[in-house]
Amino acid sequence: MTGLESHLRTRRSEDRKLLIPYVTGGLANWKEGIRAAVAAGADAVEVGIPFSDPVMDGPVIQEASQRALDAGATPPAILAEIPSLDVQVPIVVMLYYNTVFRTGHERFASLCRQNGVSGAIVPDLPLEEATRWCAAADDAGVETVMLAAPTAPDERLPRIAARARGFVYAVGLLGITGERDALANTATAIAGRVKAVTDLPVLVGVGVSNAQQAREACRVADGVIQGASVVRRLMESGPDAVGDYISEVRHAIDTQ
Amino acid sequence: MSVMVEPDESGRFGQFGGRFVPETLVPACQELELGFREAWGDPAFRAELDHLLRTYAGRPSILTECNNLGRQLGIRLLLKREDLNHTGSHKINNVLGQALLAKRMGKKRIVAETGAGQHGVASATAAALLGLECKVFMGAVDMERQALNVFRMRLLGAQVEPATSGSRTLKDAVNEAMRDWVATVETTHYCLGSVMGPHPYPWMVRQFHRVIGDEAREQCLAATGADPDVVVACVGGGSNAIGIFSGFIDTKARLVGVEPAGGAAVGRGVPGVVHGMKSYLMQDEHGQVQEAHSISAGLDYPGVGPEHSYLSEIGRAEYPSVTDEEVVGGFSLLAKTEGIIPALECAHAVAWIAREAPNMAGQTVLMNLSGRGDKDVAQMMDILA
Repeated sequence: MTGLESHLRTRRSEDRKLLIPYVTGGLANWKEGIRAAVAAGADAVEVGIPFSDPVMDGPVIQEASQRALDAGATPPAILAEIPSLDVQVPIVVMLYYNTVFRTGHERFASLCRQNGVSGAIVPDLPLEEATRWCAAADDAGVETVMLAAPTAPDERLPRIAARARGFVYAVGLLGITGERDALANTATAIAGRVKAVTDLPVLVGVGVSNAQQAREACRVADGVIQGASVVRRLMESGPDAVGDYISEVRHAIDTQ
Repeated sequence: MSVMVEPDESGRFGQFGGRFVPETLVPACQELELGFREAWGDPAFRAELDHLLRTYAGRPSILTECNNLGRQLGIRLLLKREDLNHTGSHKINNVLGQALLAKRMGKKRIVAETGAGQHGVASATAAALLGLECKVFMGAVDMERQALNVFRMRLLGAQVEPATSGSRTLKDAVNEAMRDWVATVETTHYCLGSVMGPHPYPWMVRQFHRVIGDEAREQCLAATGADPDVVVACVGGGSNAIGIFSGFIDTKARLVGVEPAGGAAVGRGVPGVVHGMKSYLMQDEHGQVQEAHSISAGLDYPGVGPEHSYLSEIGRAEYPSVTDEEVVGGFSLLAKTEGIIPALECAHAVAWIAREAPNMAGQTVLMNLSGRGDKDVAQMMDILA
């Protein structure tokens, strides 16, 4: 698998806005959902490793995580299925820190590497606590995406960007994941603030809820992450609905 | 070795503690750390808090010697009567401190989690007194078990929101409170109810509760002429235990934190990270947090405050557990021998003392009676029927 950052930089250099859907691993039809999303134009895919206490997630992803756990999903089992996805874009895992901590930093990083995972997002691991994991991930060639929140003071953003690999995840609003009626003003504001301090790709996630909002966010950001809107469709209607939705978002951001 | 001092720069007690929160909350935690440090060092803030503790909460709480039960068990038994504080538990100490601090920091609203409802009631009380808006998250299961406290909170003007995810108990109420805080951090203070969570909470909440131990140390000396041999408290998150331990950390007293058998984080957990802190945690091999099961909603928590993990690791405190059955016995024992109905949480400490008394013959045992049992009477009517 090519590196996450180099892949995203290449696509960005072709004047393409970046689209990364999120799918909860272990949810019914999750692999089919991912394949449909990639076929519809996803530039990378975020696979959620379900956790018992997902404090950054709203009702949709909480529900998906609980369904996956109830179906017996475990972190190693989900990682082991990633090679069988057989998609030609980078896979990034999104997980809570206790999954890494309990497994062991080096062991988890190496599990990611072995299964072709390019990057990791750990939303409850802020800059000050990230050193140990980042070192293990760096050694294994796993790119750790850092998050930048609207509450971050200006001096913090360059430090976040310096530690980020792959891309910077700009948190679109004050709050947890989930669909909203309108894109918050904070979404483009944080994307702009991060872009001002780094050349890394900057993607907005959390609260980017439909094609129209994705297009708005992409006026400033290099791309968007689509979480709850994708997972809800997968749970309600299945993989085809995910593919249709990603096509719609793809079209919206391609025709800025 | 200095114990029970300020945690290190990263908010750690040994390897435990830290600040494992989403980026969104990092500035708020930093601001709170600064705000607390400043307030705690400001004589005017301390005087204001002290005034409220004396004229509103009813401090100092008294020390009661249990002659009947002591004679029966062959020990000298002293109770620190936090159950006599306004709102019926030790929780008011922390809540008055945090609510004053929230106002000082310009916050208009507090959110809180609650298990048995004691911290929720205390938070609602402080919010009413100080003119803050208050929302309390409570597990849906606990709202049933503690319907009286739900009504009390609403009577006090607070909004009570059920936590319907996961085990629908205290752990899930913490998740919901954190989710609310992530969205409202600019106007809202998270009034966390125990010595847990991200730095500075474990340290700050301990400082607000150390008044328990400081008073008890003097009262114990006045009553017996010496420090106690054993200091006992129940442990869920561990705030009342930390409060009383802090007065005796530099004595030779045994420090005993009693956990419920179904929620023995220190006794049976392994280090993990949840709710912003690294601490002992009941979890499976993949790091999924397990559900605690305890007769008392207030101890129904799979984690524990990080300083307890540290005190256990360095061998300064011990953390045995008691079964629900033993707790029911402890509840009745204190009621019948001393005319004091303890909270089910504190009945854990009574149960341990009753069980271990033969090994403590002639010793002075100080127990923190951190809450009164009125809230548990309905539940006990069913159990004892």
